[in-house]
Amino acid sequence: MTAVRLRDAVVLLGGFPALAGVDLEVERGEVVLVRGPNGAGKSTLLHLCAGLLRLSEVHGDVLGCDLGDDRAAVRRRVGLLGHDTALYGELTAAENLQVWARASRVDEADVLGALERLGLPQRLRDVHTDRLSAGQRRRVALAAIMVRRPELWLLDEPHAGLDSEGREIVDSVVSAAAAAGAAVVLASHETGPAGDLATRTVTMAGGTLAEGLGP
Amino acid sequence: MTAWRGLTLFAGDAVLVASKDLRIEWRARTALGQVLPFAVLVLVLFGFALDANRPALRLATPGLLWMTVLFATVVAVQRSVAVESTDGARRMLLLSGMAPAAAFAGKAAAVAVQLLIVEVLLVPGVVLLYDAEIESLPLVVATCVAATVGLATAGSLLGAVVAGVRAHQTVLPILLLPVSAPVLIAATRAFADGFGTVAVDGWSWVGLLAGFAAVNAVLGAVVYGLLLEDT
Repeated sequence: MTAVRLRDAVVLLGGFPALAGVDLEVERGEVVLVRGPNGAGKSTLLHLCAGLLRLSEVHGDVLGCDLGDDRAAVRRRVGLLGHDTALYGELTAAENLQVWARASRVDEADVLGALERLGLPQRLRDVHTDRLSAGQRRRVALAAIMVRRPELWLLDEPHAGLDSEGREIVDSVVSAAAAAGAAVVLASHETGPAGDLATRTVTMAGGTLAEGLGP
Repeated sequence: MTAWRGLTLFAGDAVLVASKDLRIEWRARTALGQVLPFAVLVLVLFGFALDANRPALRLATPGLLWMTVLFATVVAVQRSVAVESTDGARRMLLLSGMAPAAAFAGKAAAVAVQLLIVEVLLVPGVVLLYDAEIESLPLVVATCVAATVGLATAGSLLGAVVAGVRAHQTVLPILLLPVSAPVLIAATRAFADGFGTVAVDGWSWVGLLAGFAAVNAVLGAVVYGLLLEDT
């Protein structure tokens, strides 16, 4: 089943075409790496797939929901790890995940398991997230996505700021999600570790995909 | 989904957002830590300035008190906006799927609670410092509640409007202070009646405050989702 279907997708940000006609299909269970230099439109593509941006020309659906009329339904079913972590700095890691879980109406019992899975030591779970290192915050942000069990994972530079152990954990979490039937789209400006994880790689430049329709 | 189930979910989401904001504020102590000393200082300084003219001080008491609450509103709303804009945190509100109206209700409720705490400390403060006498406690309480809901809803609405503006900390007071003028006028009049300094019908001013609060609450519930997306 197709999780992402974009046809000639155009997104204007302040009049500038951040996406200038993108065709992309991602199947469930696939891990697609979107490569490209800075400013290629990778983050915009992820935000579009998360239902956070409006298509200027509406030709696309995500998880069967139209990106023109039904973006709210898309958002409930995706997990997005952006450049920022979307965590509240004055809350602890566990509290952040509890807020995410309650707001998303998913089981809070998974919170501690997710933090454990992401390798966050017990002693750091009750520390305010603004006192954690960048890599630790990234792990917590990924745990928040994991708790929600999204059908589509959208990860922007998921290995950024992580040590080798953290990268391995991220790879294992992403692989498990794909094996469970979720679709995963990774964005990275380098092939490195993300390339090993991907089942398919597409390249972006200047707001368009150089290659990429279908597997 | 039944109406009752929908209402329960709405209330649960609003409580979640409000409790999150209050917990963050309690730990950061930015608003209360700055607002309360500032508010007390303003009252004390006005007390010194007008002490020679006690009748004038008593007459000015309601206006001074509500001006102080208005400034407190600006600080509390600025904090409320900052909580969501730091490190992309507002994405939680967008991706969770909760009703934007519930998120708005929660944000406004958190601001309202902070303002009520300020008022609970300021009202006895003016009674002590300015020799003000409360003649109608129900009127004073009703005024505080209606005015606070009005300020919190209008503030949270405008906070969402300016959230995407680079200079939102300076733009917010420019928008919020004029918009809140009806609250300042009505609450001052109602308090003047409640304190027995001016012979007006305070309850009719409370009605105006309730109307202001209702309009802003409905408006905020309707447009908050759009504002959240565009910031």
